[in-house]
Amino acid sequence: MFHIFCPYCQEYREEEEFHPSGQAHLVRPADPASVSDDEWGDYLFFRDNPRGIHHEMWVHRLGCRKFFNITRDTTSYEILETYRMGEQPSITAANAEVRREQGVQTADGGWQTVGAQPENSRLNEETPS
Amino acid sequence: MQRYSGFSLVKHALSHHENWERHWRNPTPKKRYDVIIVGGGGHGLATAYYLAKEFGVTNVAVIEKGWLGGGNTARNTTIVRSNYLWDEAAQLYNHSLDLWKGLSQDLNYNVMFSQRGVLNLAHTLQDMRDVQRRVNANRLNGIDSEVVTPEQIKEIEPALDTSKNARYPIMGASWQKSAGVARHDAVAWGFARGADALGVDLLQNTEVTGFKIRDGQIYGVHTNRGDIEAHTVGCVAAGNSGVLAKMAGIKLPLESHPLQALVSEPLKPILNTVTMSNHVHGYVSQSDKGDLVIGAGIDGYLGYGQRGSFPTIEHTLQAIVEMFPMFSRVRMNRQWGGIVDTCPDACPILSKTQVKGLYFNCGWGTGGFKATPGSGHVFAASLAKGEMHPIAAPFSIDRFNTGALIDEHGAAGVAH
Repeated sequence: MFHIFCPYCQEYREEEEFHPSGQAHLVRPADPASVSDDEWGDYLFFRDNPRGIHHEMWVHRLGCRKFFNITRDTTSYEILETYRMGEQPSITAANAEVRREQGVQTADGGWQTVGAQPENSRLNEETPS
Repeated sequence: MQRYSGFSLVKHALSHHENWERHWRNPTPKKRYDVIIVGGGGHGLATAYYLAKEFGVTNVAVIEKGWLGGGNTARNTTIVRSNYLWDEAAQLYNHSLDLWKGLSQDLNYNVMFSQRGVLNLAHTLQDMRDVQRRVNANRLNGIDSEVVTPEQIKEIEPALDTSKNARYPIMGASWQKSAGVARHDAVAWGFARGADALGVDLLQNTEVTGFKIRDGQIYGVHTNRGDIEAHTVGCVAAGNSGVLAKMAGIKLPLESHPLQALVSEPLKPILNTVTMSNHVHGYVSQSDKGDLVIGAGIDGYLGYGQRGSFPTIEHTLQAIVEMFPMFSRVRMNRQWGGIVDTCPDACPILSKTQVKGLYFNCGWGTGGFKATPGSGHVFAASLAKGEMHPIAAPFSIDRFNTGALIDEHGAAGVAH
């Protein structure tokens, strides 16, 4: 059972209130009429599906009903951060190990940062988002 | 291979059953094979078996990172049926059903295939229209589907709540009499034993760590037990297909989700058939051992953890109790999860790739078990000939760019 921090409500709520909505940061082609079949198919159907760090969109369905993003490990299921739409993740597959070693702030015992701007300023310098 | 028969049973009884042969060898990898199959689950083993038996390709290795049949083959809920809507899918699953019928004899191994029928319930007018449309399509494809009324359902499955007082009253169902269940482990073991007897090397605890590709042609794989060469490689790795594809630089339209199932404590025989409901979203059958075998939906998020979430278990059991109120006090014995590789159109991918000699058989999602023999057979034919088998051809990966999808969300319905 996930305990998810909604970046809009600023509260931890149970998984049952949320609904996963697939990979985050997909960019719809600006002019759909002009893209090739290959590009359009890639946009519609092809996903990263990583074993490890994954950025995904969730909706707080039974709460504020807003969409937001979660960075999560798909093997351990650990939620590493939640952040609002339009923001970029501060934890990525490339920097996840570095951050883990640096000991990012823990929210109630878990290894979870809240929001895209962690309070630890040193981290902001070393891993620009 | 030692053949199993009533006579061999009696013969071995005389020596207290201590001298049975092992099912398969545990060979050391050769330097070169004609064909490498990556993934030693049901589909991979079936592919190896049919390659050796029907297409004369015996210099084959099956590479499995764990043990044979330890992934989704051991985790599914064993339902076999072929009542799919579209022609392409109906042909594929019906080809498989035809092979199921003679499989125990063919393998000389009892896969306990039991044609006890499958009910797909309809609870709304739209459900009924969908059922009628699918049954009509099935009959045109020669599949023994029919529409049954609540009274007939009551006769087929008396334990089911067909009363008008149910929260979601049953308005009818589709009924495929030739569908049923089979023993999942036995399927993997039977294919493994058959393939091994025909000379296939089954390499367990061997993990593929990379592909050897030169000028767009595959010529081998890197494994944790050294490099192995082959100019034809078939990947049949279910939930881990995406990980393999990434090693080869290929994108797949798959998402890996946890799908879980549960079994109850053993009960006396109570269910005659397999009952599935898309609308209430659950399905149940009873194993020969007496356990209720229960499943429902996937967890909506990506996961490679081979376990599912508690909310999904709760929803699953709500559905079962809605259909069978008398099961409300049955205790559940075990619960587990598998990683299913779901495709956007709920149909598998059997395809060549842009790397010459590298083939993928994946995307079976939540319902691959029923297709084990058929998938293995058509994939073996494709690997042997270098051209996709006519039944497999529509399932090319190109369909996601050309738009020729085979949308089976209706027939796949509840994840199973």
